[in-house]
Amino acid sequence: MNWVDDWALSLGTFLPAVGAAVLMFMPARSEKLVKGVGTLFAFLALVAGVVVLARFDFSNAGALQLQVNESWIPQINARYHIGIDGISLPLFVLSLLVSFLCTIYMWWHIPEPGKPKAFFALVLLLETGMTGCFVALDLILFFIFWELVLVPMYFMIGIWGGPRRAYAAVKFFLYTLFGSLFMLLGFLALYFTSDPRTFDMIELTRQGFGGSSELFQNLVFLGLFLGFAIKVPMWPFHTWLPDAHTEAPTVGSVLLAAIMLKMGTYGFIRISLPILPDAAITFAPAIGILAVIAIIYGALCCLAQTDLKRMIAFSSVGHMGFVMLGIATLTDIGINGAIFGMVAHGLITGMLFFLAGSIHERFHTRDIPALGGILQQMPKFGSLLVYSAIASLGLPGLAGFWGEMLALLGSYNPHPELNETLFRVLMVGGGIGTVLTAGYFMWMLQRVILGKVPDKFASGHGIFDVVRLEWYAWAPLLILIIAAGLYPKLVLGVTDGAVQTLLGALG
Amino acid sequence: MDLAQAIAQPSVDWHALSPDIVLAAAACMVLIADLFLPEESKWLAMPLSAAGILGTLAAVVSLAGEHRTTLGGAVEIDTFALVFKGLFCVIGLIVLAMSFGYFRSGRYYQGEYYFLMLCSLLGGVVISSARELVTLFIALELISIPAIIMTALRKADVKSNEAALKFFLFSVLSTAVMLYGMSLVYGITGSTKLDEIRSSIASSADEPLVVLSVIFVVIGFAFKISAVPFHFWAPDTYEGAPSPVAAFLSTASKIGGFVGLLVLMFRAFPEVADTWRPAFAVLATLTMTVGNLIALRQQHIIRLLAYSGIAQSGYVLVTLALIDPTRPEANAQALESAIVYLAIYGIMDLGAFAAAVAFARKTGTYFLSDYAGLWRRSPVLATLMAGFLLSLAGTPPMAGAWAKLFVFAAAINSEVYWLAAVMGVNAVIAAWYYLAVVKRMFLDSPEVDEPIEVPYLLRATMGVAAFALLAVFIYPAFITSLADKSLL
Repeated sequence: MNWVDDWALSLGTFLPAVGAAVLMFMPARSEKLVKGVGTLFAFLALVAGVVVLARFDFSNAGALQLQVNESWIPQINARYHIGIDGISLPLFVLSLLVSFLCTIYMWWHIPEPGKPKAFFALVLLLETGMTGCFVALDLILFFIFWELVLVPMYFMIGIWGGPRRAYAAVKFFLYTLFGSLFMLLGFLALYFTSDPRTFDMIELTRQGFGGSSELFQNLVFLGLFLGFAIKVPMWPFHTWLPDAHTEAPTVGSVLLAAIMLKMGTYGFIRISLPILPDAAITFAPAIGILAVIAIIYGALCCLAQTDLKRMIAFSSVGHMGFVMLGIATLTDIGINGAIFGMVAHGLITGMLFFLAGSIHERFHTRDIPALGGILQQMPKFGSLLVYSAIASLGLPGLAGFWGEMLALLGSYNPHPELNETLFRVLMVGGGIGTVLTAGYFMWMLQRVILGKVPDKFASGHGIFDVVRLEWYAWAPLLILIIAAGLYPKLVLGVTDGAVQTLLGALG
Repeated sequence: MDLAQAIAQPSVDWHALSPDIVLAAAACMVLIADLFLPEESKWLAMPLSAAGILGTLAAVVSLAGEHRTTLGGAVEIDTFALVFKGLFCVIGLIVLAMSFGYFRSGRYYQGEYYFLMLCSLLGGVVISSARELVTLFIALELISIPAIIMTALRKADVKSNEAALKFFLFSVLSTAVMLYGMSLVYGITGSTKLDEIRSSIASSADEPLVVLSVIFVVIGFAFKISAVPFHFWAPDTYEGAPSPVAAFLSTASKIGGFVGLLVLMFRAFPEVADTWRPAFAVLATLTMTVGNLIALRQQHIIRLLAYSGIAQSGYVLVTLALIDPTRPEANAQALESAIVYLAIYGIMDLGAFAAAVAFARKTGTYFLSDYAGLWRRSPVLATLMAGFLLSLAGTPPMAGAWAKLFVFAAAINSEVYWLAAVMGVNAVIAAWYYLAVVKRMFLDSPEVDEPIEVPYLLRATMGVAAFALLAVFIYPAFITSLADKSLL
């Protein structure tokens, strides 16, 4: 099985890109064939992901497995070094799964101006960038994957997006580019300070930067912080997100919310914490405060939204706030909660964006006050919306609960070098946030699901319940939401070992 | 062995000179063939030229891995020389492909054009291995003078005439200044060979005359590479020239200037680097910033590419501001990043020009507003153009990302952080205007829906260029391993 072990990760990462290349050379006329090939490659990548799951040694989840370490750019000692451990495994599989589900959903619907060939190619390219980020163990490799997602997402928003697509696309692009330049600066600073010079994350962690000046560590951490925080996005760097999410086509919003945001939080866990542990302790209180501001601010913004998609976008700001709060505690519980929160948010918010997109397809509006009585017209669809919304607000028994609970629990008892009082205050702030979250979701459900069907839609023309392709695309998410909620060990059992290893670096 | 003796009794290594000889012979053959070709088959000069360049390329490859000096040290074949000779050949081939349809349909002096282009290219091939002032100078002039005539080939067009005149005047001026500087260098050191200059100039580092002579030489080159504030000729010249010629000027001619500059600064003057390094830092900052800021306002694709090309020169100039003879490792990295940048820049800039030429061939326009909705009219052309522009902007998945990254890393390695910061800010400004074109092509809707057919030759050339950029992005060691061996 050596061959499989060496290639499974690379195949999962690069098969989609190969698919995109194949699509480029196919005639655009035969739409079915184009869609079939696109879906096939996403499926093959998912199969590779399943193989990774099968070959992963769960009893040793704290260690990096299935590693490949080959020479790539010898002149700057950048290597093709990939591998996977308990932290990245859930995210790696999640991104393969969600991308595949997106390709299924795209059989049902591709927004104006159509062009399935280009659309599939972009989704596949995006998939390679995202999955690559979660397996890269070399800073340059990571950076390349990180940047790779920009271009396809830009086109996806810009071509297939809503009315303000051009603005949203450019804002998204420049904002992220700006952040990633500082991140790159940080990477290079690490490279030139290390001895022997290396971009390898594992090697950098081993070398440690305890010997270099505090100012250096803090500056590098800040550089990385800016790159990651914009991607997460943390308040106050979040302003690109509502525009991008709202204007993006359904599949784009799903991929953005479910996976791309996690690249930022994953960067904190994989790169910032282990390589610069001292600076992480210095900045943890600040990150915690920003996180709680994001939770409350996100919830308040949600209350004020009338566009369903925009509301879900702002709810992402809040949920990612919980993830960041969990990371900021620097504890076993908090970081496990953060990773769980990432996975749960990926499943639930991805689902919510699917639903919002499908609402738009049926009613041609996402305006919350204009909708109503969905449960009467489309009972199944309405139930799914209730299910996802309740999962998102953190009802115990569904996936959304554990991430928030563990993050709050972690902040009750933060890392010994952190200020306990401050984090307990933050915990209370986060708790208030959960109440507000419940508030805006219930209010949204009340207006959209319940009540009378507005006269405009009373005829029921063009309104139909969940179609088969939607079921195919959504069922895995729906099942995983409840599975992870009832049996959180599904995720925590994998992550815990790796988090222990990570915390070993923090001391 | 002094120079006079070397000329009287040359010990010539013909193999080392073979690329130059093959190209010179090819140029002569094209000129002669043109005399005998009937009017309707004048286009045959193009395949003939291509064969000549391929022959040159073969000669370059046959020398791979060699290190030879000949003509008394005036010519030195090493990896640096071969990399650039090879690059000039590739550029020549791409420009030929761009020119074919343009000159054939316009019936502009095809034979003369290809002859002149090969001559100019020969200048580039010679300068790559020139390690002596006079040879450098002659090679540089060999690049410029045919290029001036090429610029004026559209005789009936006032703009073409204006472009050529501006180019001519600036070129003469810069040549005069440079030659004056070179003669001062000769006066101080008593030698025209770079290695001898290097050893004898070290002792007189502080003399004002040394500073003056080096600055004169640098100013002369600054015109050639259109560095701010010596850039005024470039946009007008590019706009007025036949667009394949503009592409040639923006790549071959500019890279030729840079090769000369790199050789001089790394080989002849590094010992006095303290005196001229700040000048390059200022020049680089100005060139990047001014080029990018003015590019923001351009409405004409050729002018946009001209200003973007100016800004791109600025990034390469950064590497020259990093030279420090006391730190050989940082020096080597600066040189390596310059080579990587120039090689990638040459391909991606030509690609963008080729796309502009392809667009103009069918629509007759160069204005950015006409690019709106190009994606609906020709997905292939729009995708290729976007690929080249994104590469120029330095975003993955194109090789331009590495070009920027390597210079950036070299600046940080030399601890010149402020230049790295200036570069970073400029990269974001530049992304804005490249992206604006991409946005127009993909996000805006077209005014006319008429599809655009791209000529087969152009399409294949652009496809190969884009594929090369993609391949280098995935496996940059293709270029970096060569650059790594290219020591001066």
